[in-house]
Amino acid sequence: MTDKTAPSDASTDTRDAAPGEETIARNEPAAGVPGYLLGYGLAILLTAGSFVAARTGLIYQPAVISALVVLALAQIGVHLVFFLHLTTGPDNTNNILALAFGVLIVALIVLGSVWIMDHLDQNMPPMKPQQLALLARCPAERLPGGVGDGPCGA
Amino acid sequence: MLGKLDWSAIPFDQPIPLGAALIVFIAGLGVLGWITVKGYWPYLWHDWITSVDHKRIGVMYIVLAMLMLLRGFVDAIMMRTQQLLAIHGPGYLPPEHFDQIFSAHGTIMIFFASMPFMIGLMNFVVPLQLGIRDVAFPTLNSVSFWLTATGALLVNISLVVGEFARTGWLPYAPLSELAYSPGVGVDYYLWAIQISGVGTLLTGVNLVTTILKMRAPGMGYLRMPMFCWTSLASNLLIVAAFPILTATLAMLTLDRYLGFHFFTNEAGGNQMMFVNLIWAWGHPEVYILVLPAFGVFSEIFSTFSSKPLFGYRSMVAATMFICLVSFMVWLHHFFTMGAGANVNTAFGIATSVIAVGTGVKIYNWLFTMYGGRVRFETPMLWALGFVTTFTIGGMTGVLLAVPPADYVLHNSLFLVAHFHNVIISGVLFGAFAGFTFWFPKAFGFRLYEGWGKAAFWLTLLGFILVFAPLYAVGLEGMTRRLQHIEVDAWVPWIVIAASGIAVMLVGAACQIAQLFLSIRDRDQLRDDTGDPWDGRSLEWSTPSPPPPFNFAHQPHVENEEPYWSMKQRVIDGQDPRTDRHYEPIDMPKNTPTGFVTAFFATVIGFALIWHIWWLSILGFLGAYATFVVFAWRDQAEIVIPAEEVERIDCDRTAAQMAWLRRGEQVR
Repeated sequence: MTDKTAPSDASTDTRDAAPGEETIARNEPAAGVPGYLLGYGLAILLTAGSFVAARTGLIYQPAVISALVVLALAQIGVHLVFFLHLTTGPDNTNNILALAFGVLIVALIVLGSVWIMDHLDQNMPPMKPQQLALLARCPAERLPGGVGDGPCGA
Repeated sequence: MLGKLDWSAIPFDQPIPLGAALIVFIAGLGVLGWITVKGYWPYLWHDWITSVDHKRIGVMYIVLAMLMLLRGFVDAIMMRTQQLLAIHGPGYLPPEHFDQIFSAHGTIMIFFASMPFMIGLMNFVVPLQLGIRDVAFPTLNSVSFWLTATGALLVNISLVVGEFARTGWLPYAPLSELAYSPGVGVDYYLWAIQISGVGTLLTGVNLVTTILKMRAPGMGYLRMPMFCWTSLASNLLIVAAFPILTATLAMLTLDRYLGFHFFTNEAGGNQMMFVNLIWAWGHPEVYILVLPAFGVFSEIFSTFSSKPLFGYRSMVAATMFICLVSFMVWLHHFFTMGAGANVNTAFGIATSVIAVGTGVKIYNWLFTMYGGRVRFETPMLWALGFVTTFTIGGMTGVLLAVPPADYVLHNSLFLVAHFHNVIISGVLFGAFAGFTFWFPKAFGFRLYEGWGKAAFWLTLLGFILVFAPLYAVGLEGMTRRLQHIEVDAWVPWIVIAASGIAVMLVGAACQIAQLFLSIRDRDQLRDDTGDPWDGRSLEWSTPSPPPPFNFAHQPHVENEEPYWSMKQRVIDGQDPRTDRHYEPIDMPKNTPTGFVTAFFATVIGFALIWHIWWLSILGFLGAYATFVVFAWRDQAEIVIPAEEVERIDCDRTAAQMAWLRRGEQVR
């Protein structure tokens, strides 16, 4: 696929590079093995932090869920920066846009689904005890539309 | 040993599927025998099956799509004739068979006819329009195609071995759960769609990467041809939406195979979540299909009006607007499921708003024709048929977007008429338009105009005759998927619809005759210039068919219509060839990886459908071994020598110069 005429240096676009490409590592806060080790350490710290938050009384009990959400978001951030090499540099415009698009779609689907399912839940509450009792006295095949002749009890 | 598979899986007692299967089997054997007798196997293997050339893969996608289009069309004929014959009677299709027919019709038409047709066109055209030599990942491209073919094969195996789903083209839970669909039909659906879905997702990744990263020098985003823009939007939607389908069907699979309760009635399952998730994929899917068709029409309106596309930037904006908003409207497929007024209103408004984007496009196409020299050749006829009928379909869609109206119309034939109205005039006409438009580019000869025009008029007439009555009878209250009819008031409409499908059948016959006769008389229809329609974008600057490397020199793009301006420069007396120096070109080497992967995928799919666990394990091992062999290959590229490049390029330039000089004299 490569054109032999094109020298390999000229074909590297510094404004639009793939994540983790060696040529752009200079734009990163921590590149190479030290970067990966730092990221690894932070990831372990955040994981341990969530266990501490959940299993000890260190945090006020009703706030545990919020703490876990915050730690999870930080974890995502660490992965994006240290392992997926996302930076704010001009070489990362495409990657940032792709991330933004992905976050937007996931947000739309998740929030939309929660909204819709909550509505369905409100509009279709579980049957009351009387209704359940009625259903128990009336076998399915004798309900209207079933195999039986007419409405139940007719 | 063979899981659930035994002789009872073959429908010996049902003459229709058995007869159909026998005919397909004999025809298939005949084709294979003919290939063997003629000695075409080495050619097929080396030049097509193992090819990683985006053009050949595109052609194979379209061949698959056309075969499946015929299969889906046969299903459509059976449904219409069944309803005609089953007025106050049983007809010729028993209910359990009729249910399989309409499920297979929808599944095949969406997943194995429309999708491969659009992906085939994108595969063939996008790299040529971008001025590059192949897609970003050529071998992955071949894998994608063969996985799609696997899905199609599994659906067609279900015709003879076992049964197909009776649940509609989207297997709504809980009907599709084990309790209500104990047979293998839904399993056929699940594995066929999952396997081909992997192929589609890989194509999406491949084409998005190609368009974002590999354009010719100078081709900024706002210089890309409109077809590339709509392909970008469509493939972004594939990447974003297909994982939802995969996850939803995986959950249904877990319910059916491992006793999970995602969508069951009991144990906390929620079948409404299935409907919600499947349409969160399903609505973007509509735009995945129609956006590339919009791109095809944009190219055609501009080319056959001899004018640049009107409102290029507004067209780009409308495309990306549709791409985004298509993820905000999915609830309109289930307004009646019980959400409250807030939810229904929000999604109803979003649905009406998305029509604005399409409206912008319609006006842009009309203004492209305005003041142009319009040539009414076959691709343009399809485009004109599209713009008129699609507008009607779009307006009935806006009617359905009003929730109170939807409460009356949902599940009626009005709905069926609406979505066929938009899919046939949008996607199918787009596919045929693109097919006739780019056929000379792919094969170096034109298709007969007369047969093409006959096919267009008959298809258009038949299409209106089938679906206009369905609107009417839907308003009269006829619901979809009826196996027999007991209401006399509906009968006249059903008869007209059945007559319409006969007209469409003649149209399809014209289409086949056009292809057959054009191949027979290809020497008379030869096109040496590579530019039979006076095109405007880079694909027309290559010879027809384009050489494996597409472009001898990478084109430098200076505006939105690079080939048009190149031609203008030649007419003004400049020599188009700025570079007479040729270099050898590296091209990706052909590999059977895709074909072998798909073979094992077929084995895995079939084994999982019939619960033959040892065979599925073998299939997985084989697929993994294929991957390892591919990863360890030493040589990934072949070199095309400079002399060969020079020879091909000089031939092309000579033919084009001669043609341009002729054009000059006419002017």
